[in-house]
Amino acid sequence: MRVSEKIIEGLLWLSAVITILITIGIIWVLLSEAIGFFRVVSLVDFLTEKEWTPLFADKKFGIAPLVAGTLLTTAIAIAVALPIGLTIAIYLNEYAHAGMRQVVKPMLEVLATIPTVVYGFFALTVVTPFLQTLIPRLAGFNALSAGMVMGIMIIPMISSLSEDAISAVPRSLREAAYGMGSTRLQTAFGVMVPAASSGIVVSVILAISRAVGETMIVAVAAGQQPRLTLNPLVPIETITTYIVQVSLGDVPQGSLEYKTIFAAGITLFIFTFALNNLSFWIKKKYQEKYD
Amino acid sequence: MTNSDINRLKDKAFQAFGIFCTFIGLVVLGIFLFDIILEGVQRIDWDFLTTLPSRRASRAGILTAWVGTVWILVLTTLIAFPLGVSAGVYLEEYSRKNKLNNFLEINIANLAGVPSIIYGLLGLEIFVRQMRLGNSLLAGALTLSLLILPIIIVTTREAIKAVPRSIRDGSYALGASQWQTIWNQVLPASFGGILTGIILALSRAVGEAAPLIVIGALAYVPFTPASPLDEFTVLPIQIFNWTSRPQGAFQTNAAAAIIILLIITFLLNGIAVYLRNRQQKKIKW
Repeated sequence: MRVSEKIIEGLLWLSAVITILITIGIIWVLLSEAIGFFRVVSLVDFLTEKEWTPLFADKKFGIAPLVAGTLLTTAIAIAVALPIGLTIAIYLNEYAHAGMRQVVKPMLEVLATIPTVVYGFFALTVVTPFLQTLIPRLAGFNALSAGMVMGIMIIPMISSLSEDAISAVPRSLREAAYGMGSTRLQTAFGVMVPAASSGIVVSVILAISRAVGETMIVAVAAGQQPRLTLNPLVPIETITTYIVQVSLGDVPQGSLEYKTIFAAGITLFIFTFALNNLSFWIKKKYQEKYD
Repeated sequence: MTNSDINRLKDKAFQAFGIFCTFIGLVVLGIFLFDIILEGVQRIDWDFLTTLPSRRASRAGILTAWVGTVWILVLTTLIAFPLGVSAGVYLEEYSRKNKLNNFLEINIANLAGVPSIIYGLLGLEIFVRQMRLGNSLLAGALTLSLLILPIIIVTTREAIKAVPRSIRDGSYALGASQWQTIWNQVLPASFGGILTGIILALSRAVGEAAPLIVIGALAYVPFTPASPLDEFTVLPIQIFNWTSRPQGAFQTNAAAAIIILLIITFLLNGIAVYLRNRQQKKIKW
């Protein structure tokens, strides 16, 4: 009896430890292939070169254009999702009836369950043609519509995490503000949002991390032209799109072109890893505790 | 107008803005679904579901794509379900507060934030190359299993946490061992919650294209897979392939395939929500 109990506990422990092996696997795979890449291409060139053309005859290996493309689409997505998501969180907490909150929240969650390739189709076939009627210079592939659609996708992420943060602020603070004669708007921005600020910041950081790693929307709608620009109207390429582009072609395994996707991958991993850990740290350090 | 009138006006204005923001996302979603259905629904017929892909848009079907998707779902469930639930049970029922277990928890939170395409690179190197599984269904399912493992672990833990202490104490008082208590009391009581988590995780897996493209799933597969070691494609990759072609007829095909994919996704989510609501109503501790 005792022995079988111990064996079962050991097996369960093993499946928990597999998660650590996954992390080690990710870091090992990215590092070992990227090291092969950096034996040929110097790290200085990788960071300072202004062009990324590993698939052309004249090869340049500067990651900057891919990083610029990634940051551009991410910035547009956050510019859409942050004001809308935060307003929804405040509205649901300070203005809406409890019944409405119960109906609206799951409906917003639907936005997060739609596969991202479907959003890509939407960006390419609906949003871009519509924006082209407003901005005739807009290219068929561009960062603007990919970023905007990505923003719509991450609205529920910001709204629901921020809503949780705001609703964790104790009632007494809100009532004190009302007691001083504040309107709901003044209460929201003068008391509730500052009190919930750490939770709101965490929601935004996680949303940024999500947008940086998002693949299919940008692969479909933002183009495949690595370009060091902040112009949202022209085709660009993100880190994730480059990995997809190489995977779809027939680049021989083990070649330098093949290793570039791991160099791009480790850059992406460092970005998201830093953002995620920053959010854990803020959560732990700054979370207000009320009794 | 007095100061307080102005403030009251601002308050009303923000309320209107709040209603606008709350519904803008839903309105956009509505426009989108309407557009897709308008474009794709007349393309869906029995032939579309039962024919192989083709270079001619009007003759292309999604048979290989949806069969591949079903294969991937079944294999991923078989791999991720036992692994994720075991890990969740360990962390919730056995783990004591020590450095390793603390690290385990941080690590799982971190894994949940790793972009799906990175899992693709992991799968490409480990399953496709080192384990020599090639661009097979099994390699794809293993990759997606790792991707959804953190979701299953977290939801399993939440479901187990909801089982009250008294049930465990009752079981121990009758002389049951720790595993007997877990197997006969805790798991049956939390099964609804665990199932909800698995289905939500699967609805995430069913829409993933990026990691499967990276491990080499093909856009064009001339026959339906017959074993886990066969090459495959899935619906999201078929949609991606059709979307990236310039001809309008392929866009119509993409819209039609999206309708099928959305039906599967919404169905899975609907089942999960239904199970959760039933669970919440049925059990009153």
